[in-house]
Amino acid sequence: MNRLALVAALLASAAAAPLAAETHRIEAGEGAAQRLQEALILAQPGDVIELGEGRITLTDGLSLDVDGVTLRGQGMDKSILDFTSQEGSGEGLLVTSDEVTLRDFAVENPKGDGIKSKGADGIVYSGIRVEWTGGPKATNGAYGIYPVESTGVLVTNSKVSGASDAGIYVGQSRDITVSENIVSFNVAGIEIENSRNALVFSNIASRNTGGLLVFDLPGLPVMGGGNVILRGNLVADNDTPNFAPPGNIVASVRRGTGVLVMANDGVLIEDNAFDNNPTAHIMVIAYLQPFDDPRYNPHARNVIVGDNAFGRGGDDPQLDGKEALLEAFGGALPPVLWDGIKQDDDTGLRIAEGVEGWTLNLSKPGQSMAEARPGPLMLTPLESWEFPEVGAPAELEARLK
Amino acid sequence: MKRGLGLLALASATLGAALAHGAVPEAQPVNDAAVTGAAFPAKLSDFGFFRDGARQVPGARVYPYALNTPLWSDGAEKLRFIYLPEGMQLTADGEGLLKFPVGAAILKTFAFGEGDARRLIETRVLLHRADGWVALPYRWNAEQTEATLALTGGRIDLVTPAGEAISYAIPNKNQCKTCHSSSNKVVPIGPKARNLSVRWLGDMLKAGKLDRLPPGAATMPVWAGYTAKSPAEPFARAYLDVNCAHCHQPGGGASNSGLDLRWEQSDPHAFGIGKRPVAAGRGAGEYEFSILAGHPDQSILLYRMNSAEPGIAMPELGKASVDRQGVAVVRRWIAEMK
Repeated sequence: MNRLALVAALLASAAAAPLAAETHRIEAGEGAAQRLQEALILAQPGDVIELGEGRITLTDGLSLDVDGVTLRGQGMDKSILDFTSQEGSGEGLLVTSDEVTLRDFAVENPKGDGIKSKGADGIVYSGIRVEWTGGPKATNGAYGIYPVESTGVLVTNSKVSGASDAGIYVGQSRDITVSENIVSFNVAGIEIENSRNALVFSNIASRNTGGLLVFDLPGLPVMGGGNVILRGNLVADNDTPNFAPPGNIVASVRRGTGVLVMANDGVLIEDNAFDNNPTAHIMVIAYLQPFDDPRYNPHARNVIVGDNAFGRGGDDPQLDGKEALLEAFGGALPPVLWDGIKQDDDTGLRIAEGVEGWTLNLSKPGQSMAEARPGPLMLTPLESWEFPEVGAPAELEARLK
Repeated sequence: MKRGLGLLALASATLGAALAHGAVPEAQPVNDAAVTGAAFPAKLSDFGFFRDGARQVPGARVYPYALNTPLWSDGAEKLRFIYLPEGMQLTADGEGLLKFPVGAAILKTFAFGEGDARRLIETRVLLHRADGWVALPYRWNAEQTEATLALTGGRIDLVTPAGEAISYAIPNKNQCKTCHSSSNKVVPIGPKARNLSVRWLGDMLKAGKLDRLPPGAATMPVWAGYTAKSPAEPFARAYLDVNCAHCHQPGGGASNSGLDLRWEQSDPHAFGIGKRPVAAGRGAGEYEFSILAGHPDQSILLYRMNSAEPGIAMPELGKASVDRQGVAVVRRWIAEMK
């Protein structure tokens, strides 16, 4: 009986009486890529696929479509999936099943995205490194860690570098926690797009073009992004020139942006530390482009800038009229930049006591920057505010214990 | 007696070619247990779909068919078959996908080379089991005597009919599902009434293998009949439907892009005109819109069709070279847009 027939027989028996969860170990070396993909296909719910130490070279993308599987390595610098010579597929690893745990391994130099999980509810990424080792380049893949169309997402203790779009990108999803990650040398460090109930806390975003982005875009199956908390992050030195391919929305991000909120309903920015983001520590704007989608609201609504620590910043902005602006504001722009566009008086930008900023005093989404009338931000500070608690279900964090 | 004559005629091209090469073994019944059981049979011959696998001579109740506009796969010749167990038939569902009874199977063999030089590379099998469809790839051996299950896919160096040397990828089992997926379930893609000939559907009806002739049959153009005088739009839209829409539709693998390339999609923004990319990354090149009307060379869709580089190329799977004719037709369609 050859191996596949044996496997087939095992599968048949498994269908009759489920076997106990197993651990399949994949060591680097001859045929490792095929052994790994075979294990990913033949895994049963509850199984663990363990990568040994070393480097596995892949010519094709990997994929996992079995619920409840854990893929784990020996550490983000020890178990490496190397896609430098990838010949096919749009990403390094694609996950399309629920309750999957990915931990303690690295994906290097994928041709497209790093790890994509689509329609994969309850997914955990922990201790993952995705890196384009040649540094920031437009030819790098778009996203490092890329969960999309999913409910229940935890991305933690991971590291992404070199993404030509976003290092960690969560799109069209709900109930999300992105915590304790390090993102650097990406166009966007972390991007939460068309998603709800996201907690982004204790991350380090440095040396990106923009640190933390919260976007809501038109024309997508899932819209209405909001209820996002950015809390306790270090957002510093985001000064890498934008290297995104021109057609992408993040190509419009100005070098030196700490936090960028575009459209969205409900974003709380508090207890973060900002330093040396030369355009703006925090930028809150309406969607810029024309659109034709009656379901879409282009305004940034209910955005609250609470207490944050602001260091040097706004001193070398990538903005038209930079010299005049710097002169007007005494050599550095205040930490918060608002376009001034509000849907109504009740939902415009709000700030805590002592938060300084400036506004473009625009009034309509899509209005030309030429019509801007920059001036200091004159808002009545909030004494207190309420914001829903958000984030991934507790069981995702518990899975890592 | 008249029933089935048409089907015989349909099969005759294949049979004739095979008969010319010598005797064809007796048709044995298909192994229904292999089709409907829980296992993944190790060999293609375990199913008994073919009287003569090497020559692709179908067995009993295995019906060859063709599509008006086929999926392009590096120029591979494709031999398509449907297996229906005894006493079962297909059910028409308007212009859409024919409904298959449990126990049915769909087969597609990929071959390169002509005449005696033809080599079978792989046969992809879709099995309709009680709990849904299962997709399995089988790889032909060098002797062309057997195809064995290739769960993890594989790569083969070959030269396409266009003369390009490529590393041809046999998909792994999961990659089969990447295309054959709707709302995370495996589904057939090809045999939609709109993309099947009225003659074939009529023959199946007469043979009792189809419940009725569906309205909207054969509305998609016959790709092979394209000439410079053909209207570009129906050919381009048919091409995009067949080559792209299995992912680019609601519930498909690329649903999050919002780009919907199905034949029936009538909203120009949804099928790409003036639509900005979402997650295209470097696949967007230097361009801002999926389709910029009148400007094929500034349209992301054409840019990606026209690339064979992973990370840029579309489709992401099943393509290692560029379909020059497909690009030409879509280019003409975009160029002619006002």
